[in-house]
Amino acid sequence: MKTADKAGLEHARAHGLSDDEYNLIVSRLGREPNITELGIFSVMWSEHCSYKSSRRHLRKLPVSGAVVICGPGENAGIVDIGDGQACIFKMESHNHPSFIEPYQGAATGVGGIMRDVFTMGARPVALLNALRFGAPEHPKTRSLISGVVAGIGGYGNCVGVPTIGGEVNFDPGFNGNILVNAMCAGIVETDRIFYSAAKGAGNAVLYVGAKTGRDGIHGATMASTEFDSQTEAKRPTVQVGDPFTEKRLIEACMELMATECIVAIQDMGAAGLTSSSVEMADKGGVGITLDLDKVPQRETGMTPYEMMLSESQERMLVVLKPGSEDEAQAIFHKWELDVAIIGQTTSGGRLVLHHGGKTVCDIPIAPLADDVPNYDRPYQKTPARSVLRPEDVPEHNVAEALLRLMGSPDMASKRWVWEQYDRHVMADTMHESATACDAGVIRVSGTDKALAFSTDCTPRYVYADPVEGGKQVVAESWRNLTASGAMPLALTDCLNFGNPERPEIMGQFVGAIEGMAAACRALDYPVVSGNVSLYNETEGVAIPPTPAIGGVGLIADASKVAGFAGAQAGDSLLLVGDNTGWLGASLYLRECCNRDDGAPPPVDLAAERRNGDFVRRQIAAQAVRAVHDVSDGGLACALADMALASDVGMQVRACNELPLHAWYFGEDQSRYVLAVDPQNVDAMMHHAAKASVPVCIIGLVSDDKVLDFSEHKVALDTLRAAYENWLPGMMEKQ
Amino acid sequence: MVWHADHDLPDVDIVLLPGGFSYGDYLRSGAIAARAPVMHDVIAHAKRGGYVVGICNGFQVLTEAQLLPGALLRNANLHFVCRSVHLQIANPDTGFTCAYGSGAVPQIPVAHHDGNYFADAKTLDRMEGEGQVVFRYCDNPNGSARDIAGIINEKGNVLGMMPHPERAVDPATGGTDGRAFFESLMRGVR
Repeated sequence: MKTADKAGLEHARAHGLSDDEYNLIVSRLGREPNITELGIFSVMWSEHCSYKSSRRHLRKLPVSGAVVICGPGENAGIVDIGDGQACIFKMESHNHPSFIEPYQGAATGVGGIMRDVFTMGARPVALLNALRFGAPEHPKTRSLISGVVAGIGGYGNCVGVPTIGGEVNFDPGFNGNILVNAMCAGIVETDRIFYSAAKGAGNAVLYVGAKTGRDGIHGATMASTEFDSQTEAKRPTVQVGDPFTEKRLIEACMELMATECIVAIQDMGAAGLTSSSVEMADKGGVGITLDLDKVPQRETGMTPYEMMLSESQERMLVVLKPGSEDEAQAIFHKWELDVAIIGQTTSGGRLVLHHGGKTVCDIPIAPLADDVPNYDRPYQKTPARSVLRPEDVPEHNVAEALLRLMGSPDMASKRWVWEQYDRHVMADTMHESATACDAGVIRVSGTDKALAFSTDCTPRYVYADPVEGGKQVVAESWRNLTASGAMPLALTDCLNFGNPERPEIMGQFVGAIEGMAAACRALDYPVVSGNVSLYNETEGVAIPPTPAIGGVGLIADASKVAGFAGAQAGDSLLLVGDNTGWLGASLYLRECCNRDDGAPPPVDLAAERRNGDFVRRQIAAQAVRAVHDVSDGGLACALADMALASDVGMQVRACNELPLHAWYFGEDQSRYVLAVDPQNVDAMMHHAAKASVPVCIIGLVSDDKVLDFSEHKVALDTLRAAYENWLPGMMEKQ
Repeated sequence: MVWHADHDLPDVDIVLLPGGFSYGDYLRSGAIAARAPVMHDVIAHAKRGGYVVGICNGFQVLTEAQLLPGALLRNANLHFVCRSVHLQIANPDTGFTCAYGSGAVPQIPVAHHDGNYFADAKTLDRMEGEGQVVFRYCDNPNGSARDIAGIINEKGNVLGMMPHPERAVDPATGGTDGRAFFESLMRGVR
């Protein structure tokens, strides 16, 4: 066996490869790789592209189901939404670039996730995001928020796809490593879906879109390492977005997809030309030969190494059917995009690159794509925390605690953020961040259907107990879709964790997957796409574990979509689900007691399903005026949201013996609050009893614009001020 | 729908320049689109007295093409703003507003980064004197001079407005307060 030489090892280390990995490359090739080949191996074997630390655990997630057309492994996941239509969707992280260069990092995150969706044939119809920043008072937080939000808006608004939902949270654990997770969904006819398998040798490989420049070289490798104080120096590796080119690329691809020219198509995302060509060839069981002199280039003198590792944006690779080259190129010329035939598929199973008359790379494809390292990293289970009883937690005045919570960073209105996103373009938005619904909802043009979307994660629960926290993430997503009236179909995940080489971090990852898998199975809610973002650390401090979920649900009759703005004076308020006053790891504990201890609330998955199915039936029967899930901040905050959105008051009383702070602020799972016309209440209680769903009448909606919670009173105006003023106050502070 | 590089506008009553980000709003919002080949015919259509409507980016294109006075600057707070706003009908006797009843205060969304209307004081005075200001914001979202949301040219056949009436034509997706705008247009061409 050939062993590596010293110079090779040093190069490999500079590319983020371990000595063992480099030795493996040398043995697979039977020789030292040249610099271009080494670069290609380093990106394909990076954590970001290879999933080498996560793959064996990701297999535990359920990925199939009655509605699943395509699960993980393609550019995005696909679910059947009836009438010969499908929804294609995915969420992806752009954490590392966004921390270094917030505007471009976030903008290109949006651009990249859109390409994953339209490359499969779907027109993008909705964008969402999940953002996590450090402590509000941290010196970088404000500029990061400004940049990320402007970048998301700058790209999505310009391309003309509405940003209909998302979440923004704060935690000092993100001070040195923010999370920017972007989700896109599109709609396609089921007989017009395109895949990336480049089957058949001798077909032309077409490069389309923007020119290749030196931006983003080593993006995938950067996304696979920790940050340190030198991170600022990595700025040149962040890509620059051009949303107008993306818009033209979408339209040109849609036009091409209406023809019969395409064998396979894939966007150039992380690791650019390398990963797109390798993955297409690998899936198609062919080889690929590229003539790099033909690649459209933005700069002169680019080397093969630079071209293969560039992450310039807005580029696609298309494998064409024989004889369709002219027809395809004409479409891209019309849209004034660069287009060139840069190579062809071959029967050799090898990646061969030519440049300046020389062969600069000739390596087998299998070790790049399939036969890559697959690590079983040691992991350490997160120690269990003790369960807090209500009496272990100080009791504060309900009215004061409510005001504090509703004006706290995680609960306060994010209007300052979402007013910068175009939420209505395309004219199909039914619910978005401004309209008081637990999900963003768009109608499906030309049908009676609507699609509901939600992004969710509660990192403090996952940190406290990865297994229960993992369950909760999936359950909350399912619950939010349910509260809009939707039937949850499937989800995409974005698993953001620290350094997997540390057993305690790996333990968080393994635990979260275990919990997520259990919840996905119990709720028939499979994972169809996603990504893993590891090494989210700065100088050895890992982020709180954040497996963010993007859920998709179907509303068969769009006229029956539900929200929490419809409560009317005189309505009865009902609580669905058990209230045990669970204060461990709650927002109350954090915001009012400055503590974050205790086990997080467990999720009884059978009860979750029973309660949710019951609520969805009530919505379909149009028996509720308003519905809201109970999550952060417990019952009191859920009611406060409903009161603010409906512009009403409420009179509420506890219906068990719990201390008031536990009753109002406990975060027991699987719960909803409903506002119900009094004449529907008896029937509803009867249906609930038959379905073994605990429902309790907790009060009524009043017309005096005061929240009266067990005689602790808060005027709606005071509450609204606390809720609306926090974020503008923070962002505009001098 | 006509292609930007075309020269021949079909025989139509109304030319509508919709919102969007023509050429990515690179250089200056609407500046490049205002010089697209098809604009020759749009300008000729306007000079003949044909109706031309520019919404959002379309408004920016019309000012860049000098079919309408003034310019649309970056929003005063420098942020993109997407918000539902209430509008005052400053001139109810136009081909774009005649179907709004007297005292109507329609609620219509805006979504723009460059909607801060600017013209010099003399121009603004003249426009106001001649009824060229058609819509005003009740609560100005972008710093526009004199709360201007929409204007017409002197002849009254060319209109530009930042709010999106086409996003308010269906109760399921943002209300119906934009319908009267299109009903006004239909009355005008009938």
